[in-house]
Amino acid sequence: MNRIDQRFSELKQQGRKALIPYITAGDPAPQYTVGFMHALVEAGADIIELGVPFSDPMADGPVIQKACERALKQGTRLVDLLDMVAEFRQADTTTPVVLMGYLNPIERIGYETFADKAAKAGVDGVLVVDMPPEEADEFGPLLKVRNLAAIFLVAPTTSPARAATICAHGEGYLYYVSLKGVTGAATLNAADVAEHLAPLREMTDLPLCVGFGIRDGVTAAEVAKVADGVIVGSALVNRIAENAETPEIIAGQLKSVLAEMRTAMDA
Amino acid sequence: MTVSATGTPENRPETRFSDLTRMPDARGHFGPYGGRFVSETLSYALEDLEKIYLSLRDDPAFQAEFDRDLAHYVGRPSPLYHAERWSNALGGAQIWLKREDLNHTGAHKVNNTIGQALLAKKTGKPRVIAETGAGQHGVATATVAARLGLECDVYMGAEDVQRQKLNVYRMRLLGARVIPVESGTRTLKDAMNEALRDWVTNVDNTFYIIGTVAGPHPYPQLVRDFNAVVGREARRQSLEQIGRLPDALIACVGGGSNAIGLFYPFVEDDAVAMYGVEAGGDGVETGRHAAPLASNAPRGVLHGNRTYLMSDEAGQVSDTHSISAGLDYPGVGPEHSHWKDVGRVKYVAANDKEVLEAFRELTQMEGIMPALESAHALAHAKVLAPTMRPDQHIVVNLSGRGDKDIMTVAKIDGIEF
Repeated sequence: MNRIDQRFSELKQQGRKALIPYITAGDPAPQYTVGFMHALVEAGADIIELGVPFSDPMADGPVIQKACERALKQGTRLVDLLDMVAEFRQADTTTPVVLMGYLNPIERIGYETFADKAAKAGVDGVLVVDMPPEEADEFGPLLKVRNLAAIFLVAPTTSPARAATICAHGEGYLYYVSLKGVTGAATLNAADVAEHLAPLREMTDLPLCVGFGIRDGVTAAEVAKVADGVIVGSALVNRIAENAETPEIIAGQLKSVLAEMRTAMDA
Repeated sequence: MTVSATGTPENRPETRFSDLTRMPDARGHFGPYGGRFVSETLSYALEDLEKIYLSLRDDPAFQAEFDRDLAHYVGRPSPLYHAERWSNALGGAQIWLKREDLNHTGAHKVNNTIGQALLAKKTGKPRVIAETGAGQHGVATATVAARLGLECDVYMGAEDVQRQKLNVYRMRLLGARVIPVESGTRTLKDAMNEALRDWVTNVDNTFYIIGTVAGPHPYPQLVRDFNAVVGREARRQSLEQIGRLPDALIACVGGGSNAIGLFYPFVEDDAVAMYGVEAGGDGVETGRHAAPLASNAPRGVLHGNRTYLMSDEAGQVSDTHSISAGLDYPGVGPEHSHWKDVGRVKYVAANDKEVLEAFRELTQMEGIMPALESAHALAHAKVLAPTMRPDQHIVVNLSGRGDKDIMTVAKIDGIEF
């Protein structure tokens, strides 16, 4: 069983919801990333989304754009991310790790080579923002045979017909984008999210996780009431940005942001 | 002879390249290129646009409205002009200029913005956005937005805002808001990123008018179809004025919309050679250029489509360099990538120095000041014409006029106003 499926099955038994932090790998510098990942787990992360920095992050707002710029300035490459995951796996064999990013770095390595390396490093899932299921017919099966989950996005604008296709192709969990916009854009509307999740429940048994617009314990707890998981990115990356000059205090900051959400969600 | 919506005369015998007239496939692929690589939020808007476009492209009323606007608002057909003095000086083939510079707003870009504005009107969305490099597409979008009373925001790289001040002010006079983009390399690709971010946020009330034959399906197809009027006219004019088809076509290629527009209606004419001229910048050998096809860049995915894309070994998109803001783009329209692979078009590069020489030569010998983008095509005509006989003919797409570039050239000459 894939670590992601394992984790959701455990959470279901415990009656808890998944807390899924996102950070951009290599931000503010590559040597800190693995430490941040462990800190996030200590503060209650159930799954980690590790962002692959890209020169042209079209779906991201300024916070994650700048995180990409900082990481790229330090020379962070996709192959370095895979090394980070391998290093993380030496001390943590249970927390699922999902790589999230854009297609071009993967295209450049080659789908099959990437899938081999990712599986070997201990990656559990891959979410390519600019690769909808229609374009994944070559890449998806290469992930599947290596027990890597191909995770897809569903948006408020997704038609029922498309949602059915996405549910049929998706693995691991569905990432529901809570609002029309880029990452870090605004605060979500929990009632609106609940309304959109209901028809998805009818279509799939995949866990439904919600991202975009979750900034604190209050929004996290609201979403946890209607979803199976809560994804938080810009709120964490903001802390990295604010403390980029004093990286030694970042891990503590990330823990406090995440712990507040964990507490609120579990209350 | 009847002409289909795409401009390809019907009942022509199949040729080696007839397949190319049946592209893209239903999912927007040109061979291995193209497609729809976008975040999920935009999928719906693109499916919607595709539906609207496919229902209108063969609708006689829509075509008639488009043709009427091209005739009475743009001023089409644009002339095919024999540059006799320049041809004689080069001492080879006869050079004919397809005068897109004489269109309203001064470039071929308006053909596409007229078409997309008609689509925007059909969707009922009150706001349009655009990305622009040199500003020509931004001006053409601001123009049609003014005419239709649509709100208009144009994204432009901060560096391009600096080098194309005249066009920035033109857009503002037309009532558009110009938003300088400070992220990344501060040029065309970053403007397109920002326009996509805007669209994803405002998709309910906003129509994105993409300016080139790139982007997610159906944009490469519909931008091609709207620009194909250039090639349809040039083909007819060649038959009338030369008495036969030309031996070669030349056009500059950034994203590649003017080149597609000229080439597409000739694609089945095997005997017509085609040359796409990319921006060589400091020279392709220096690595400081914007010539993904001529430099054999790797295949990649950016802005919704798979294409030849300048990127480093880690897949990060490369910085590009060109004297011409309109060609300063690391990718290229996916149909061009396919045409390169199947050998229908030869893609070459002209460097900044050669481009400036061609700019000055045409200005002084024909009294026509070309855009620096178009001067790339002229630079290759200078190379090609002397290798051909005087009874052979080359059609060059003079895609835009050079007024907007006067400041750039003056600066190189050391002149301050």
